[in-house]
Amino acid sequence: MKKSILGLAAVAALFGGVAAYGQAGTQTVKIAVMNDMSGLYADLGGPGSVAAAKMAVADFAKINPNLKVEIVSGDHQNKPDVGSSLANQWYDADGVDMIIDVPNSGVALAVSQVANQKNKVFIVSGAAASDLTGPKCNANTIHWTYDTWMLANGTGSALVKSGGDTWFFLTSDYAFGHALERDTAAAVEKAGGKVLGKVRHPLNTSDFSSFLLQAQSSKAKVIGLANAGGDTINSIKQAAEFGIVKGGQKLAGLLVFASDVKALGLETAQGLVLTETWYWDANDANRAWTKRWQEAMPGKIPTMAHAGVYAGVLHYLKAVSALKQSKDGKAVVDEMKKLPTDDPLFGKGSVRVDGRTLHDAYLFEVKSPAESKYPGDFYKLRATIPAADAFRPLKDGGCPLVSG
Amino acid sequence: MFEIFGIPSQALFGQLLIGLINGSFYALLSLGLAVIFGMLNIINFTHGAQYMLGAFCAFLLLQLTGLGYWPALVIAPIIVGLFGIVMERTMLQWLYKLDHLYGLLLTFGIALILEGVFRNYYGSSGLPYQLPESLTGGHNLGFMFLPNYRAWVIFFSLVVCLSTWFVIEKTRLGAYLRAATENPTLVRAFGINVPRMITLTYGFGAGLAALAGVMAAPIYNVSPQMGSDLIIVVFAVVVIGGMGSIMGAIVTGFALGVIEGLTKVFFPEASNTVIFVIMAIVLLIRPAGLFGRTA
Repeated sequence: MKKSILGLAAVAALFGGVAAYGQAGTQTVKIAVMNDMSGLYADLGGPGSVAAAKMAVADFAKINPNLKVEIVSGDHQNKPDVGSSLANQWYDADGVDMIIDVPNSGVALAVSQVANQKNKVFIVSGAAASDLTGPKCNANTIHWTYDTWMLANGTGSALVKSGGDTWFFLTSDYAFGHALERDTAAAVEKAGGKVLGKVRHPLNTSDFSSFLLQAQSSKAKVIGLANAGGDTINSIKQAAEFGIVKGGQKLAGLLVFASDVKALGLETAQGLVLTETWYWDANDANRAWTKRWQEAMPGKIPTMAHAGVYAGVLHYLKAVSALKQSKDGKAVVDEMKKLPTDDPLFGKGSVRVDGRTLHDAYLFEVKSPAESKYPGDFYKLRATIPAADAFRPLKDGGCPLVSG
Repeated sequence: MFEIFGIPSQALFGQLLIGLINGSFYALLSLGLAVIFGMLNIINFTHGAQYMLGAFCAFLLLQLTGLGYWPALVIAPIIVGLFGIVMERTMLQWLYKLDHLYGLLLTFGIALILEGVFRNYYGSSGLPYQLPESLTGGHNLGFMFLPNYRAWVIFFSLVVCLSTWFVIEKTRLGAYLRAATENPTLVRAFGINVPRMITLTYGFGAGLAALAGVMAAPIYNVSPQMGSDLIIVVFAVVVIGGMGSIMGAIVTGFALGVIEGLTKVFFPEASNTVIFVIMAIVLLIRPAGLFGRTA
């Protein structure tokens, strides 16, 4: 239940580019960051994504100062109708060429269709549903950071291998939760495990004890949390209280962001196994980037969604400047698929024909308070999943763009 | 072992108990709302934010002064109660003679501002708050594992609810209060300081919300929007119970907790909606609410 019925959040138009020199060669591009600016997903995207997009624009200006880039942002309030009408307005009236981020798969699926109808570009960073590059894929959408298949494959298979072969799901009752549950169930069964049951809860639930009790009585070895943000935090907090972990059942946070770990505290979150594609403290390049990002977002820890926005904007601008146009969205996306991706945060990778960006994924375990040395020191690396294995094989997605 | 609609009775008893626990939060919050509406005629939309303030007070007391859960249970309601008093003195008191809508808009606006300020400084994903040492662990009741903390929640909120009801309905102070809402001029004529009484009542209502917030901190995510997630449900509870009816708020709070708990077993997808369905039905049959007096 959102409180922001005060209409759409103020759309702050901010000029992120540098003044162009060379009159003839100037080209203007308008990028819009859309996400949850004020609700339960605001910390994993929110204003932090806008900051990341601005950093990408500033960095790109060093390579190509002739491109004039403007950034706007808006709040979709986790409502698909708000998101698609904002997208319509941006694409039609405000001259926006590309929309990026859009956590909440329900909204992302809606915006993806709008982008396709208007032949514009849509880059997904915050949303998870693998359907965006599966049955619902289109020629105008690129899914950058992660997806439900990759989370399921990383965390699900790892837990089955270490003995967690029976599962019960707590699933957030919308597109994202359903996709995550489906993909994880498939990964569990493929690895030889069994799904004993599931319960679907409404988005933004504060009390999970009832659902946890059902999970407890299922006697499943693993309770898979196919939810996100505040819902995951509440589930984990209350599972600890109800002695579920002490009773021998293991929790699998299928989508846990660094911001969620911070909110839980290491005392409660320790031992949790999770999959991410980017971690701020993984290497020097990430740490340097985080330091810059924190100038705009003091005291916050960046998530992989923020990193994805940065990398996505950078790659998009490369494609636009190669093509010297930004109005034909499909052509830009084709160019993005043609160019190999290369940025300081995700390294070298590629964008596949179905719109899926391929890069390595990492299986992490949350440290105990004793192991954590400084604020934000959350994870230890358990395994690196190479790009080729991290994401759903092209032929299994059912994306109409994939011929044969 | 018998089954009810395919659910083992064991699981069902567990769910009933959980429903009661959640109901105690609804009861505690709707109690404050009912007191404020009953005495001040203000629809206090800041209630959710005051609940959030209570939880944040507990967190900040721990961070800044090292005071744990038990001191916070006393200090946080006092701080938030004082905040409520300032709010009533500086803003709300000018609105009593106007339409309800003005009070609603003002309190709603204040709630949005408070949420925004806290989101700006603490982010939206929440802050950690651990269970107090003395209440960790739990007991196996045979049909479910009851965490000690939940048992404490249900016990404490019952005590608070019933004592509030007793003070307002059965004591001299309560009688003054009720008389002052019916006919302030006459009560004033007896030498009673009505405005001060009203101010203190608002402070008390806000304090109750903060108390619920402190109690929620160890088990629910402490985040700026924690209140707005709950406030709409709590309003529905108050409407079903009858606006301004103290006992109505308490009984409906617990009852709806149980109904919601059962919905989570039989049809979990509808657990957020069921309360509003009940509200619609109650309003159709008894527009003044189950315990409300028809005007």
